[in-house]
Amino acid sequence: MLLEFWDAIKLLSNLDSGLAEIVLLTIYVSGSAVLLAALLGIPAGTWLGMQKQGKVKGLTRLVYTLMGLPPVVGGLIIYLLIRRQGLLGTFGFLYTPTAMIMAQFLLATPIVIGMTSVAVRSKGKNIHETLVSLGARKGLILRSIIWEARYGILGAVIAGFGRVVAEVGAVMMVGGNIEGKTRVMTTTIVLETRKGNFDFALALGLILLIVSFIFNVILYQIQQGGASDDE
Amino acid sequence: MKRFLSILMVFLMLVTFATGCGTTDGDNGDAGDNGDNGDAVVEEPGRLILVTTTSTYDSGLLDYLLPFFEEEHNYEVDVVSLGTGAALEQGQNGDADVALVHAKATELEMVEAGHFVDRIDVMYNDFVVVGPAEDPAGVKESADIKEAFAKIAESGSEFISRGDDSGTHKKELELWTLSEVANEGDWYVNAGVGMGDTLVMADEKLGYTLTDRATYLSMAETLELEIVFEGDESLFNQYGIMAVNPENWPDVNYDGAKLLIEFMGSEEGQNLISEFKPYGDTLFFPNAE
Repeated sequence: MLLEFWDAIKLLSNLDSGLAEIVLLTIYVSGSAVLLAALLGIPAGTWLGMQKQGKVKGLTRLVYTLMGLPPVVGGLIIYLLIRRQGLLGTFGFLYTPTAMIMAQFLLATPIVIGMTSVAVRSKGKNIHETLVSLGARKGLILRSIIWEARYGILGAVIAGFGRVVAEVGAVMMVGGNIEGKTRVMTTTIVLETRKGNFDFALALGLILLIVSFIFNVILYQIQQGGASDDE
Repeated sequence: MKRFLSILMVFLMLVTFATGCGTTDGDNGDAGDNGDNGDAVVEEPGRLILVTTTSTYDSGLLDYLLPFFEEEHNYEVDVVSLGTGAALEQGQNGDADVALVHAKATELEMVEAGHFVDRIDVMYNDFVVVGPAEDPAGVKESADIKEAFAKIAESGSEFISRGDDSGTHKKELELWTLSEVANEGDWYVNAGVGMGDTLVMADEKLGYTLTDRATYLSMAETLELEIVFEGDESLFNQYGIMAVNPENWPDVNYDGAKLLIEFMGSEEGQNLISEFKPYGDTLFFPNAE
Protein backbone atom coordinates (compact mmCIF):
# COMPACT_ATOMS: atom_id res chain seq x y z
CA MET A 1 0.00 0.00 0.00
CA LEU A 2 2.96 2.29 0.65
CA LEU A 3 3.88 1.79 -2.97
CA GLU A 4 0.37 2.68 -4.06
CA PHE A 5 0.57 5.82 -1.98
CA TRP A 6 3.80 6.79 -3.66
CA ASP A 7 2.29 6.02 -7.06
CA ALA A 8 -0.66 8.25 -6.22
CA ILE A 9 1.66 11.13 -5.37
CA LYS A 10 3.49 10.65 -8.65
CA LEU A 11 0.14 10.51 -10.37
CA LEU A 12 -0.85 13.79 -8.78
CA SER A 13 2.39 15.51 -9.74
CA ASN A 14 1.83 15.03 -13.45
CA LEU A 15 -1.92 15.42 -13.48
CA ASP A 16 -3.59 17.70 -16.00
CA SER A 17 -5.16 21.07 -15.28
CA GLY A 18 -8.17 19.37 -13.67
CA LEU A 19 -6.54 19.08 -10.28
CA ALA A 20 -5.24 22.66 -10.30
CA GLU A 21 -8.75 23.82 -11.13
CA ILE A 22 -10.13 21.89 -8.16
CA VAL A 23 -7.52 23.30 -5.78
CA LEU A 24 -8.11 26.86 -7.02
CA LEU A 25 -11.88 26.53 -6.69
CA THR A 26 -11.44 25.19 -3.14
CA ILE A 27 -9.33 28.21 -2.20
CA TYR A 28 -11.73 30.60 -3.95
CA VAL A 29 -14.85 29.19 -2.26
CA SER A 30 -13.48 28.73 1.25
CA GLY A 31 -11.40 31.91 1.08
CA SER A 32 -14.38 34.03 0.01
CA ALA A 33 -16.61 32.45 2.65
CA VAL A 34 -14.08 33.13 5.41
CA LEU A 35 -13.41 36.68 4.19
CA LEU A 36 -17.13 37.47 4.31
CA ALA A 37 -17.47 35.71 7.66
CA ALA A 38 -14.57 37.84 9.01
CA LEU A 39 -16.11 41.07 7.71
CA LEU A 40 -19.33 40.33 9.57
CA GLY A 41 -18.00 38.21 12.41
CA ILE A 42 -15.14 40.34 13.72
CA PRO A 43 -17.26 43.48 14.33
CA ALA A 44 -20.14 41.37 15.66
CA GLY A 45 -17.84 39.35 17.90
CA THR A 46 -16.11 42.50 19.18
CA TRP A 47 -19.45 44.03 20.03
CA LEU A 48 -20.55 40.83 21.77
CA GLY A 49 -17.29 40.62 23.70
CA MET A 50 -17.61 44.20 24.98
CA GLN A 51 -21.11 43.80 26.37
CA LYS A 52 -21.62 42.95 30.03
CA GLN A 53 -21.64 39.15 30.22
CA GLY A 54 -25.01 38.88 31.95
CA LYS A 55 -26.72 41.04 29.38
CA VAL A 56 -25.83 38.86 26.38
CA LYS A 57 -25.90 35.44 28.03
CA GLY A 58 -28.63 34.06 25.76
CA LEU A 59 -27.07 35.47 22.61
CA THR A 60 -23.65 34.08 23.52
CA ARG A 61 -25.08 30.63 24.07
CA LEU A 62 -26.87 30.81 20.73
CA VAL A 63 -23.60 31.68 18.97
CA TYR A 64 -21.74 28.88 20.74
CA THR A 65 -24.45 26.42 19.75
CA LEU A 66 -24.32 27.53 16.12
CA MET A 67 -20.56 26.91 16.16
CA GLY A 68 -21.51 23.23 16.21
CA LEU A 69 -24.01 23.44 13.35
CA PRO A 70 -23.57 20.25 11.30
CA PRO A 71 -22.35 21.21 7.81
CA VAL A 72 -25.03 19.18 6.10
CA VAL A 73 -27.73 21.07 8.03
CA GLY A 74 -26.13 24.37 7.01
CA GLY A 75 -26.18 23.11 3.44
CA LEU A 76 -29.80 22.04 3.77
CA ILE A 77 -30.87 25.50 4.98
CA ILE A 78 -29.14 27.19 2.04
CA TYR A 79 -30.52 24.56 -0.34
CA LEU A 80 -34.10 25.20 0.79
CA LEU A 81 -33.53 28.94 0.31
CA ILE A 82 -32.10 28.78 -3.21
CA ARG A 83 -33.87 25.86 -4.85
CA ARG A 84 -36.39 26.71 -7.55
CA GLN A 85 -39.34 26.86 -5.14
CA GLY A 86 -37.21 28.61 -2.49
CA LEU A 87 -37.24 32.23 -1.38
CA LEU A 88 -34.19 33.09 -3.51
CA GLY A 89 -35.04 30.57 -6.22
CA THR A 90 -35.28 33.11 -9.04
CA PHE A 91 -31.54 33.93 -8.89
CA GLY A 92 -30.45 30.45 -9.96
CA PHE A 93 -27.74 30.13 -7.31
CA LEU A 94 -28.16 26.38 -6.87
CA TYR A 95 -25.21 24.28 -8.13
CA THR A 96 -22.92 27.32 -8.47
CA PRO A 97 -19.82 28.36 -6.47
CA THR A 98 -21.91 31.24 -5.07
CA ALA A 99 -24.19 28.72 -3.36
CA MET A 100 -21.16 26.99 -1.86
CA ILE A 101 -19.82 30.29 -0.53
CA MET A 102 -23.22 31.04 1.03
CA ALA A 103 -23.28 27.68 2.82
CA GLN A 104 -19.71 27.94 4.07
CA PHE A 105 -20.30 31.53 5.17
CA LEU A 106 -23.17 30.25 7.30
CA LEU A 107 -20.83 27.71 8.91
CA ALA A 108 -17.82 29.99 9.42
CA THR A 109 -19.57 33.08 10.79
CA PRO A 110 -20.61 31.68 14.20
CA ILE A 111 -17.04 30.47 14.76
CA VAL A 112 -15.55 33.85 13.94
CA ILE A 113 -18.12 35.65 16.13
CA GLY A 114 -17.76 33.26 19.04
CA MET A 115 -13.97 33.10 19.13
CA THR A 116 -13.60 36.85 18.54
CA SER A 117 -15.91 37.62 21.43
CA VAL A 118 -13.89 35.36 23.72
CA ALA A 119 -10.63 37.02 22.64
CA VAL A 120 -12.07 40.50 23.11
CA ARG A 121 -13.54 39.64 26.48
CA SER A 122 -10.27 38.30 27.85
CA LYS A 123 -8.02 41.02 26.40
CA GLY A 124 -10.26 44.02 26.21
CA LYS A 125 -11.29 44.47 29.83
CA ASN A 126 -8.17 46.18 31.17
CA ILE A 127 -7.48 48.36 28.20
CA HIS A 128 -11.12 49.43 28.08
CA GLU A 129 -11.03 50.64 31.66
CA THR A 130 -7.65 52.31 31.23
CA LEU A 131 -8.66 54.18 28.10
CA VAL A 132 -12.00 55.24 29.54
CA SER A 133 -10.24 56.65 32.61
CA LEU A 134 -7.88 58.53 30.30
CA GLY A 135 -10.88 59.97 28.49
CA ALA A 136 -10.19 58.36 25.09
CA ARG A 137 -12.80 58.55 22.36
CA LYS A 138 -14.94 55.53 21.48
CA GLY A 139 -13.35 54.93 18.06
CA LEU A 140 -9.89 54.79 19.54
CA ILE A 141 -11.02 52.45 22.31
CA LEU A 142 -12.54 50.08 19.77
CA ARG A 143 -9.45 50.04 17.57
CA SER A 144 -7.17 49.49 20.55
CA ILE A 145 -9.22 46.59 21.80
CA ILE A 146 -9.29 44.88 18.39
CA TRP A 147 -5.53 45.42 18.15
CA GLU A 148 -4.94 43.91 21.57
CA ALA A 149 -7.12 40.91 20.78
CA ARG A 150 -5.61 40.38 17.31
CA TYR A 151 -4.05 37.00 18.10
CA GLY A 152 -7.33 35.59 19.25
CA ILE A 153 -9.14 37.11 16.27
CA LEU A 154 -6.60 35.63 13.88
CA GLY A 155 -7.15 32.30 15.57
CA ALA A 156 -10.88 32.76 14.96
CA VAL A 157 -10.32 33.30 11.24
CA ILE A 158 -7.98 30.29 11.01
CA ALA A 159 -10.49 28.09 12.81
CA GLY A 160 -13.24 29.31 10.49
CA PHE A 161 -11.16 28.48 7.43
CA GLY A 162 -10.21 25.11 8.85
CA ARG A 163 -13.86 24.26 9.37
CA VAL A 164 -15.09 25.18 5.91
CA VAL A 165 -12.16 23.93 3.85
CA ALA A 166 -12.54 20.50 5.45
CA GLU A 167 -16.31 20.15 5.29
CA VAL A 168 -18.02 18.19 2.56
CA GLY A 169 -21.72 17.86 3.43
CA ALA A 170 -22.75 21.42 2.63
CA VAL A 171 -20.79 21.92 -0.60
CA MET A 172 -21.89 18.52 -1.88
CA MET A 173 -25.51 19.44 -1.31
CA VAL A 174 -25.64 22.97 -2.74
CA GLY A 175 -22.77 22.61 -5.23
CA GLY A 176 -23.61 19.18 -6.59
CA ASN A 177 -19.96 18.21 -7.20
CA ILE A 178 -20.17 19.11 -10.91
CA GLU A 179 -16.94 18.52 -12.79
CA GLY A 180 -15.25 21.75 -13.82
CA LYS A 181 -17.84 23.90 -12.05
CA THR A 182 -18.44 23.03 -8.42
CA ARG A 183 -16.03 20.20 -7.68
CA VAL A 184 -13.74 21.00 -4.73
CA MET A 185 -11.14 18.94 -2.91
CA THR A 186 -13.35 17.35 -0.27
CA THR A 187 -16.08 16.37 -2.74
CA THR A 188 -13.41 14.92 -5.04
CA ILE A 189 -12.10 12.86 -2.13
CA VAL A 190 -15.60 11.51 -1.42
CA LEU A 191 -16.12 10.71 -5.10
CA GLU A 192 -12.77 8.95 -5.49
CA THR A 193 -13.37 6.98 -2.28
CA ARG A 194 -16.74 5.84 -3.59
CA LYS A 195 -15.12 4.80 -6.84
CA GLY A 196 -12.67 2.70 -4.86
CA ASN A 197 -9.59 4.82 -5.70
CA PHE A 198 -8.47 4.89 -2.09
CA ASP A 199 -4.82 5.75 -2.75
CA PHE A 200 -5.75 8.65 -4.98
CA ALA A 201 -8.23 9.92 -2.38
CA LEU A 202 -5.56 9.71 0.31
CA ALA A 203 -3.10 11.68 -1.80
CA LEU A 204 -5.77 14.33 -2.38
CA GLY A 205 -6.21 14.50 1.39
CA LEU A 206 -2.52 15.24 1.72
CA ILE A 207 -2.82 18.07 -0.79
CA LEU A 208 -5.72 19.49 1.19
CA LEU A 209 -3.52 19.48 4.29
CA ILE A 210 -0.78 21.28 2.37
CA VAL A 211 -3.24 23.95 1.19
CA SER A 212 -4.36 24.41 4.78
CA PHE A 213 -0.75 24.59 5.92
CA ILE A 214 0.13 27.30 3.39
CA PHE A 215 -2.93 29.32 4.41
CA ASN A 216 -1.82 29.14 8.05
CA VAL A 217 1.75 30.11 7.22
CA ILE A 218 0.54 33.20 5.34
CA LEU A 219 -1.74 34.30 8.17
CA TYR A 220 1.03 33.64 10.68
CA GLN A 221 3.38 35.82 8.64
CA ILE A 222 0.85 38.66 8.54
CA GLN A 223 0.47 38.41 12.28
CA GLN A 224 4.25 38.39 12.83
CA GLY A 225 4.69 41.39 10.58
CA GLY A 226 2.11 43.36 12.52
CA ALA A 227 3.49 42.30 15.86
CA SER A 228 7.06 43.42 15.19
CA ASP A 229 5.99 47.07 15.50
CA ASP A 230 5.50 47.02 19.21
CA GLU A 231 7.44 44.02 20.43
CA MET B 1 10.11 25.03 12.99
CA LYS B 2 7.71 23.69 15.54
CA ARG B 3 4.95 23.84 12.92
CA PHE B 4 7.07 22.01 10.42
CA LEU B 5 7.75 19.29 12.97
CA SER B 6 4.10 18.77 13.71
CA ILE B 7 3.30 18.46 10.01
CA LEU B 8 6.13 15.94 9.73
CA MET B 9 4.61 13.98 12.60
CA VAL B 10 1.27 13.77 10.86
CA PHE B 11 2.95 12.62 7.69
CA LEU B 12 4.91 9.95 9.55
CA MET B 13 1.72 8.71 11.17
CA LEU B 14 0.15 8.37 7.75
CA VAL B 15 3.14 6.44 6.45
CA THR B 16 3.18 4.12 9.47
CA PHE B 17 -0.49 3.48 8.98
CA ALA B 18 0.08 2.81 5.30
CA THR B 19 2.88 0.29 5.81
CA GLY B 20 0.95 -1.33 8.65
CA CYS B 21 -1.83 -2.13 6.22
CA GLY B 22 0.63 -3.36 3.65
CA THR B 23 1.85 -6.28 5.75
CA THR B 24 -1.42 -8.15 5.28
CA ASP B 25 -0.37 -8.74 1.69
CA GLY B 26 2.07 -11.32 3.00
CA ASP B 27 -0.71 -13.55 4.27
CA ASN B 28 -1.84 -14.54 0.81
CA GLY B 29 -1.58 -17.98 -0.64
CA ASP B 30 -3.01 -20.93 1.22
CA ALA B 31 -6.68 -21.23 1.99
CA GLY B 32 -6.38 -23.16 5.23
CA ASP B 33 -9.20 -21.95 7.42
CA ASN B 34 -12.25 -20.47 5.82
CA GLY B 35 -13.45 -18.42 8.77
CA ASP B 36 -16.50 -19.12 10.89
CA ASN B 37 -18.73 -22.04 10.26
CA GLY B 38 -22.18 -20.53 10.21
CA ASP B 39 -24.22 -23.75 10.17
CA ALA B 40 -27.61 -23.71 11.77
CA VAL B 41 -26.39 -25.97 14.57
CA VAL B 42 -24.06 -23.27 15.90
CA GLU B 43 -25.93 -21.14 18.40
CA GLU B 44 -23.98 -17.95 17.91
CA PRO B 45 -25.12 -16.46 14.57
CA GLY B 46 -22.48 -16.31 11.88
CA ARG B 47 -21.52 -12.94 10.51
CA LEU B 48 -21.47 -12.18 6.83
CA ILE B 49 -20.43 -8.92 5.23
CA LEU B 50 -22.27 -8.14 2.03
CA VAL B 51 -21.11 -5.21 -0.07
CA THR B 52 -23.64 -3.84 -2.45
CA THR B 53 -24.43 -0.74 -4.44
CA THR B 54 -26.31 2.22 -3.06
CA SER B 55 -29.19 1.76 -5.49
CA THR B 56 -29.77 -1.84 -4.44
CA TYR B 57 -29.75 -0.93 -0.80
CA ASP B 58 -31.92 2.18 -1.12
CA SER B 59 -34.67 0.23 -2.90
CA GLY B 60 -35.35 -1.65 0.35
CA LEU B 61 -35.03 -5.05 -1.33
CA LEU B 62 -32.34 -6.29 1.05
CA ASP B 63 -34.23 -5.21 4.17
CA TYR B 64 -37.09 -7.31 2.89
CA LEU B 65 -35.10 -10.27 1.60
CA LEU B 66 -32.28 -10.85 4.07
CA PRO B 67 -34.36 -11.62 7.19
CA PHE B 68 -35.60 -14.79 5.43
CA PHE B 69 -32.02 -15.90 4.88
CA GLU B 70 -30.89 -14.90 8.37
CA GLU B 71 -33.75 -16.82 9.95
CA GLU B 72 -33.08 -19.95 7.92
CA HIS B 73 -29.32 -20.16 8.35
CA ASN B 74 -28.75 -18.39 11.66
CA TYR B 75 -26.72 -15.63 10.10
CA GLU B 76 -26.39 -11.94 10.58
CA VAL B 77 -25.75 -10.18 7.32
CA ASP B 78 -24.09 -6.77 7.62
CA VAL B 79 -24.86 -4.76 4.51
CA VAL B 80 -22.35 -2.14 3.40
CA SER B 81 -23.67 0.01 0.57
CA LEU B 82 -21.13 1.76 -1.61
CA GLY B 83 -20.65 2.78 -5.22
CA THR B 84 -20.00 -0.18 -7.52
CA GLY B 85 -16.32 0.75 -7.84
CA ALA B 86 -15.77 0.90 -4.09
CA ALA B 87 -17.89 -2.20 -3.47
CA LEU B 88 -15.76 -4.28 -5.85
CA GLU B 89 -12.55 -2.78 -4.44
CA GLN B 90 -13.60 -3.74 -0.89
CA GLY B 91 -14.32 -7.28 -1.99
CA GLN B 92 -11.08 -7.47 -3.92
CA ASN B 93 -9.23 -6.37 -0.78
CA GLY B 94 -10.90 -9.03 1.35
CA ASP B 95 -12.85 -6.54 3.44
CA ALA B 96 -16.15 -8.21 2.57
CA ASP B 97 -17.35 -11.78 2.05
CA VAL B 98 -19.80 -11.46 -0.77
CA ALA B 99 -20.81 -8.81 -3.32
CA LEU B 100 -24.16 -8.05 -4.95
CA VAL B 101 -23.63 -5.52 -7.75
CA HIS B 102 -24.86 -4.65 -11.22
CA ALA B 103 -21.99 -4.20 -13.64
CA LYS B 104 -21.89 -7.56 -15.37
CA ALA B 105 -18.95 -6.89 -17.69
CA THR B 106 -16.77 -5.67 -14.82
CA GLU B 107 -17.93 -8.52 -12.59
CA LEU B 108 -16.90 -11.12 -15.16
CA GLU B 109 -13.52 -9.44 -15.54
CA MET B 110 -13.04 -9.60 -11.77
CA VAL B 111 -13.95 -13.29 -11.70
CA GLU B 112 -11.56 -13.87 -14.60
CA ALA B 113 -8.81 -12.11 -12.65
CA GLY B 114 -9.44 -14.40 -9.68
CA HIS B 115 -10.77 -11.84 -7.22
CA PHE B 116 -14.23 -13.39 -6.97
CA VAL B 117 -15.71 -16.87 -7.41
CA ASP B 118 -19.11 -18.57 -7.83
CA ARG B 119 -20.82 -15.68 -9.62
CA ILE B 120 -24.45 -16.18 -10.63
CA ASP B 121 -27.04 -13.93 -12.27
CA VAL B 122 -29.74 -13.09 -9.71
CA MET B 123 -32.23 -10.71 -11.23
CA TYR B 124 -32.60 -7.67 -13.43
CA ASN B 125 -34.35 -4.38 -13.20
CA ASP B 126 -34.54 -1.62 -15.74
CA PHE B 127 -33.38 1.91 -16.24
CA VAL B 128 -35.62 4.72 -17.41
CA VAL B 129 -34.88 8.13 -18.88
CA VAL B 130 -36.55 10.89 -16.86
CA GLY B 131 -36.96 14.54 -17.73
CA PRO B 132 -39.21 17.58 -17.39
CA ALA B 133 -42.91 17.00 -18.08
CA GLU B 134 -42.80 19.54 -20.95
CA ASP B 135 -40.14 17.35 -22.60
CA PRO B 136 -38.33 20.15 -24.49
CA ALA B 137 -36.11 17.67 -26.32
CA GLY B 138 -39.08 15.62 -27.56
CA VAL B 139 -37.69 12.38 -26.15
CA LYS B 140 -41.14 10.86 -25.63
CA GLU B 141 -41.59 10.19 -29.37
CA SER B 142 -38.33 8.28 -29.69
CA ALA B 143 -38.44 4.82 -31.25
CA ASP B 144 -35.44 3.48 -29.32
CA ILE B 145 -32.87 4.53 -26.73
CA LYS B 146 -30.42 5.49 -29.46
CA GLU B 147 -32.83 8.10 -30.78
CA ALA B 148 -33.78 9.26 -27.28
CA PHE B 149 -30.17 10.02 -26.33
CA ALA B 150 -29.46 11.63 -29.70
CA LYS B 151 -32.45 13.96 -29.24
CA ILE B 152 -31.23 15.06 -25.81
CA ALA B 153 -27.76 15.77 -27.19
CA GLU B 154 -29.13 17.73 -30.17
CA SER B 155 -31.67 19.75 -28.20
CA GLY B 156 -29.08 21.25 -25.88
CA SER B 157 -31.20 20.39 -22.82
CA GLU B 158 -29.01 19.53 -19.89
CA PHE B 159 -28.26 15.89 -19.15
CA ILE B 160 -27.09 15.11 -15.63
CA SER B 161 -24.58 12.28 -15.41
CA ARG B 162 -23.79 10.45 -12.16
CA GLY B 163 -20.12 10.65 -13.10
CA ASP B 164 -19.12 8.38 -10.21
CA ASP B 165 -18.16 5.11 -11.89
CA SER B 166 -21.29 3.49 -10.45
CA GLY B 167 -23.19 0.76 -12.25
CA THR B 168 -25.70 3.35 -13.42
CA HIS B 169 -22.93 5.60 -14.69
CA LYS B 170 -21.32 2.73 -16.57
CA LYS B 171 -24.67 1.87 -18.13
CA GLU B 172 -25.14 5.48 -19.18
CA LEU B 173 -21.72 5.56 -20.87
CA GLU B 174 -22.58 2.33 -22.71
CA LEU B 175 -25.75 3.97 -23.99
CA TRP B 176 -23.88 7.04 -25.25
CA THR B 177 -21.52 4.78 -27.14
CA LEU B 178 -24.50 2.89 -28.53
CA SER B 179 -26.23 6.08 -29.66
CA GLU B 180 -23.09 7.33 -31.41
CA VAL B 181 -23.35 10.91 -30.15
CA ALA B 182 -20.58 12.60 -28.18
CA ASN B 183 -21.46 13.17 -24.55
CA GLU B 184 -19.50 16.39 -24.37
CA GLY B 185 -20.41 20.02 -24.11
CA ASP B 186 -22.03 22.51 -21.79
CA TRP B 187 -25.26 20.53 -21.79
CA TYR B 188 -23.54 17.43 -20.34
CA VAL B 189 -23.31 17.96 -16.57
CA ASN B 190 -20.85 15.59 -14.95
CA ALA B 191 -22.03 15.54 -11.33
CA GLY B 192 -20.22 13.22 -8.96
CA VAL B 193 -23.16 12.41 -6.67
CA GLY B 194 -25.51 9.54 -5.84
CA MET B 195 -28.71 8.64 -7.69
CA GLY B 196 -31.04 10.54 -5.36
CA ASP B 197 -28.97 13.73 -5.55
CA THR B 198 -28.73 13.38 -9.32
CA LEU B 199 -32.52 13.18 -9.60
CA VAL B 200 -32.92 16.27 -7.43
CA MET B 201 -30.38 18.06 -9.63
CA ALA B 202 -32.16 17.09 -12.85
CA ASP B 203 -35.41 18.25 -11.29
CA GLU B 204 -33.95 21.61 -10.27
CA LYS B 205 -32.12 22.20 -13.55
CA LEU B 206 -35.04 21.00 -15.72
CA GLY B 207 -32.70 18.48 -17.27
CA TYR B 208 -32.72 14.81 -18.21
CA THR B 209 -31.03 11.88 -16.55
CA LEU B 210 -30.84 8.09 -16.57
CA THR B 211 -32.05 6.40 -13.39
CA ASP B 212 -32.97 2.96 -12.16
CA ARG B 213 -36.72 2.65 -11.84
CA ALA B 214 -36.69 1.79 -8.13
CA THR B 215 -34.89 4.96 -7.04
CA TYR B 216 -37.06 7.11 -9.29
CA LEU B 217 -40.30 5.58 -7.96
CA SER B 218 -39.17 5.96 -4.36
CA MET B 219 -38.73 9.70 -4.93
CA ALA B 220 -41.38 10.36 -7.57
CA GLU B 221 -43.67 12.22 -5.17
CA THR B 222 -41.09 14.90 -4.43
CA LEU B 223 -40.02 15.32 -8.04
CA GLU B 224 -41.61 17.00 -11.04
CA LEU B 225 -39.63 14.73 -13.35
CA GLU B 226 -41.50 12.21 -15.47
CA ILE B 227 -40.45 9.04 -17.23
CA VAL B 228 -39.88 10.12 -20.84
CA PHE B 229 -38.45 6.90 -22.20
CA GLU B 230 -38.56 3.26 -21.06
CA GLY B 231 -38.76 -0.33 -22.19
CA ASP B 232 -35.80 -0.63 -24.56
CA GLU B 233 -33.99 -3.92 -24.11
CA SER B 234 -30.64 -2.22 -23.68
CA LEU B 235 -32.02 -0.51 -20.58
CA PHE B 236 -32.15 -3.81 -18.70
CA ASN B 237 -29.74 -4.04 -15.82
CA GLN B 238 -28.38 -7.40 -14.71
CA TYR B 239 -27.56 -8.02 -11.05
CA GLY B 240 -25.09 -10.66 -10.02
CA ILE B 241 -23.86 -12.06 -6.71
CA MET B 242 -20.40 -13.51 -6.15
CA ALA B 243 -18.13 -14.56 -3.29
CA VAL B 244 -14.74 -13.10 -2.51
CA ASN B 245 -12.12 -15.65 -3.52
CA PRO B 246 -11.09 -17.47 -0.31
CA GLU B 247 -7.76 -18.43 -1.85
CA ASN B 248 -6.73 -14.78 -1.73
CA TRP B 249 -8.20 -14.05 1.68
CA PRO B 250 -8.38 -17.10 3.97
CA ASP B 251 -10.23 -15.13 6.63
CA VAL B 252 -13.31 -14.36 4.57
CA ASN B 253 -16.48 -16.24 5.39
CA TYR B 254 -16.67 -18.27 2.22
CA ASP B 255 -19.15 -20.84 3.60
CA GLY B 256 -21.59 -18.10 4.48
CA ALA B 257 -21.09 -16.42 1.13
CA LYS B 258 -21.88 -19.68 -0.64
CA LEU B 259 -25.04 -20.15 1.42
CA LEU B 260 -26.24 -16.66 0.50
CA ILE B 261 -25.49 -17.20 -3.18
CA GLU B 262 -27.45 -20.48 -3.08
CA PHE B 263 -30.32 -18.75 -1.31
CA MET B 264 -30.51 -15.95 -3.87
CA GLY B 265 -30.55 -18.46 -6.73
CA SER B 266 -33.00 -20.85 -5.05
CA GLU B 267 -36.67 -21.07 -5.95
CA GLU B 268 -37.56 -19.52 -2.61
CA GLY B 269 -35.21 -16.58 -3.03
CA GLN B 270 -36.31 -16.00 -6.62
CA ASN B 271 -39.99 -16.06 -5.66
CA LEU B 272 -39.41 -13.62 -2.83
CA ILE B 273 -37.67 -11.21 -5.20
CA SER B 274 -40.57 -11.23 -7.65
CA GLU B 275 -43.01 -10.60 -4.79
CA PHE B 276 -41.19 -7.44 -3.70
CA LYS B 277 -43.58 -4.68 -4.80
CA PRO B 278 -43.16 -1.59 -2.60
CA TYR B 279 -44.80 0.69 -5.19
CA GLY B 280 -47.35 -1.73 -6.58
CA ASP B 281 -45.27 -3.26 -9.41
CA THR B 282 -42.44 -5.75 -9.42
CA LEU B 283 -39.14 -3.86 -9.33
CA PHE B 284 -36.69 -6.72 -9.76
CA PHE B 285 -37.26 -9.62 -12.14
CA PRO B 286 -35.56 -12.82 -10.98
CA ASN B 287 -33.57 -14.63 -13.69
CA ALA B 288 -31.17 -17.03 -11.98
CA GLU B 289 -30.60 -20.25 -13.90
